[in-house]
Amino acid sequence: MSTPATAETRKTALNSVHRRMGAKMVNFGGWDMPVEYTGILAEHEAVRRRVGLFDVSHMGEIEIRGPRALDLVQHVSSNNAAKLAMGQAQYSGLMTPRGTFVDDLLVHKISDTHYFLCVNAGNQDRDYAHIAEHNTFGAELENAGARYSQIAIQGPRALELLQRFTKVAVAPMKYYWFAFGDVNGVDCLIARTGYTGEDGFEIYFSPEHSEKLWDALMDAGQPLGVAACGLGARNTLRLEAGMALYGHEIGDTTTPWEANLAWICKVDKGEFLGRDVLMRQKETGVQRILAGFEMNSRLIARDGYAVLDGTREVGSVTSGGPAPFLKKNIGFAYVPPKLSAPGTPIAISVRGEAAPAKIVPAPFYKRAK
Amino acid sequence: MYPADFRYTKDHEWIQVSGSTGTVGITDYAQHALGDVVFVQLPKTGTKLKAGAVLGTVESVKAVSEVFSPVSGEVTEVNSDLTDTPEKINQDPHRAAWLVKLKLENPKDVAVLMDAKAYQEYVAEKEKEQTA
Repeated sequence: MSTPATAETRKTALNSVHRRMGAKMVNFGGWDMPVEYTGILAEHEAVRRRVGLFDVSHMGEIEIRGPRALDLVQHVSSNNAAKLAMGQAQYSGLMTPRGTFVDDLLVHKISDTHYFLCVNAGNQDRDYAHIAEHNTFGAELENAGARYSQIAIQGPRALELLQRFTKVAVAPMKYYWFAFGDVNGVDCLIARTGYTGEDGFEIYFSPEHSEKLWDALMDAGQPLGVAACGLGARNTLRLEAGMALYGHEIGDTTTPWEANLAWICKVDKGEFLGRDVLMRQKETGVQRILAGFEMNSRLIARDGYAVLDGTREVGSVTSGGPAPFLKKNIGFAYVPPKLSAPGTPIAISVRGEAAPAKIVPAPFYKRAK
Repeated sequence: MYPADFRYTKDHEWIQVSGSTGTVGITDYAQHALGDVVFVQLPKTGTKLKAGAVLGTVESVKAVSEVFSPVSGEVTEVNSDLTDTPEKINQDPHRAAWLVKLKLENPKDVAVLMDAKAYQEYVAEKEKEQTA
């Protein structure tokens, strides 16, 4: 339920637009954000079938510049940023020396001497301090969140909507690539990225243009069936698409191996924070692993519910809820590796009842390409 | 908005009393606060409930909300339509989406609950807090 907005909550440049549109607002990581406009189910559906607009200006941006910018990025993150070409982005982990997550992030390579990181809203200041603490490379570091608004345009018709406002050829742009360009008269970093499991774009620009850009996209999107989407749908979409959420699937007590994120943990790239711990854990194996599950009944698993093997508690749900497009009740949980194979029957403790469920492969939803 | 012949609780349940039978549901304010309702769990008929005891659970996409019995009584009927169409709670919370009927222990118990005017003021206050 919504938390009252207080003087301490931070507001994006689109705050008055959300209120004008009648959005239900919540405090999310210290930000006064829209959780839904017309309803989570309708917004989720709009993104799967048409196009949705999200104000994600609360997300943090950190810029790293200088001749040793790459060395710093490589030192603090788990994926191999040396593989990036100019104009390419990658999903990565910001690592503690213990091989656990300070945060997850997107690393964009603007040039050999300039990297642009997009981090979680609630972690921005801590991420910045962490990177600064490990900056023994003399790289120039900027906590740049206040300089950017971000709008996510997501769904099968996102391309069509965005293309109306820019001369940048966005159709040939590959997934996880980006370009700089003008969108409706506003200078933007246009990235083909997202957190919904659909095709789409995330555009970063100077906050003073937020309202004009949002309104233009909303107006032009009407014939395409555009919906303004809140954090509620953002969460159901990312869960259905099998994407991790910091503080749920990943955090400062989980490693990439445990979180099933081996694909962003490149121990062969050379030294980085936590690498030795991660190499040891790779040898010894993990005690628990993240697995997707599906409920066998209408009962809904929620964050924090216990996972049962028979009557024994063996794990816990990190994110759980209805999958609106699949019309199933799904979730992620940490379970012992021997219970992690697809098809394995488990149970979730729902209000004292052992509700039957089974392990299924994640992502739960995959768009047709 | 809030029917004059209902009584209301601070937890946003309503009860309509007719003789010794009370029909119970959740209010429009409650359904709006929850958002899209996707699941309803109700007690079996014959269940005896004390005032304030958990009567059932209503879940939206985002939230789990317990429903409390406004007064003491025995469940005589449950609205099984809601099993397949929980969204009725969003569409018609005060009529079609009643949750249970209770045989009231004492029909006079409802006198302590808010009437429509008092509840209207109560939710107006809540809404003010939220937009402040």
